[in-house]
Amino acid sequence: MSFTDAPPFDPARLLAGPRGGHVVALGIGYRSHGPDWCELELGYDRRLVSDATSGILASGPIVSLMDMATGMAVWARRGRFLPHVTLDLRLDYLRPARSGMAVIGRGECYRLTRRIAFVRGIAHDGDPEDPVAHAAGTYMLLDAPQ
Amino acid sequence: MTAVGLLPYADFLGISLEGERDGAPLLVMPFSEGLIGAPGRLHGGAIAGLLEIAAIAAIDATLEDGEPARSIFKPITVTVDFMRPGLLVATYACGEVVRVGGRIANVGVSAWQEDPARPIAAARMNLAIAQPRAD
Repeated sequence: MSFTDAPPFDPARLLAGPRGGHVVALGIGYRSHGPDWCELELGYDRRLVSDATSGILASGPIVSLMDMATGMAVWARRGRFLPHVTLDLRLDYLRPARSGMAVIGRGECYRLTRRIAFVRGIAHDGDPEDPVAHAAGTYMLLDAPQ
Repeated sequence: MTAVGLLPYADFLGISLEGERDGAPLLVMPFSEGLIGAPGRLHGGAIAGLLEIAAIAAIDATLEDGEPARSIFKPITVTVDFMRPGLLVATYACGEVVRVGGRIANVGVSAWQEDPARPIAAARMNLAIAQPRAD
């Protein structure tokens, strides 16, 4: 399959498809998407906490969630499931996620150049106006001209 | 340093203590199916998780025995740079504490597979060290 006939991007189908790996292990699921954004959900799981006493999720699963949500936003904006890799991703934690609550990750691709996709997003546990974290990052497009 | 295994998320990723390197804990994350992202590659989030755990372990190692450090660490910022694709083999990580103050710890950490001189990813973490609760 060449890059030009890659199928239209469908994040719901991608996540529901017969695949294993890290996303399935974490239990990340699809919520919704638009022309340049995608929203995913990470269910609360005690195996993912950083401290058994507080029950607060570790940072890593939220990084994974935001990496997935922003990566899917890039595919949504490009309209095709084309190869790319994360160059960098930064998360600013505004507050801990509440113990027992699912975390929702919303990623947006706000700028696309020939080689780089610029992304941002938020993670929240129910109220987008009261986020857990802000994310910012870049992706390198692997099908781009050298 | 045996406290590394107390972090449930470290167990979830299959991470264990391998030894030490330059005085800091050296962690290993053996390959497993649950770490796969794109076909044939480790998921960037799993690599970021290993970096985070190595960073916290490096801070833990600088503290006196018995200090309840992990429970009072809160990440403020995490910045991950990805340099090379993660292959489906064991990944190693080791943190380097830049500073542990009374309120904030700054740590750099890198992850590699075959060759420590060729990192696959690196991160900087700034963590708040909250005061232990009085109760």
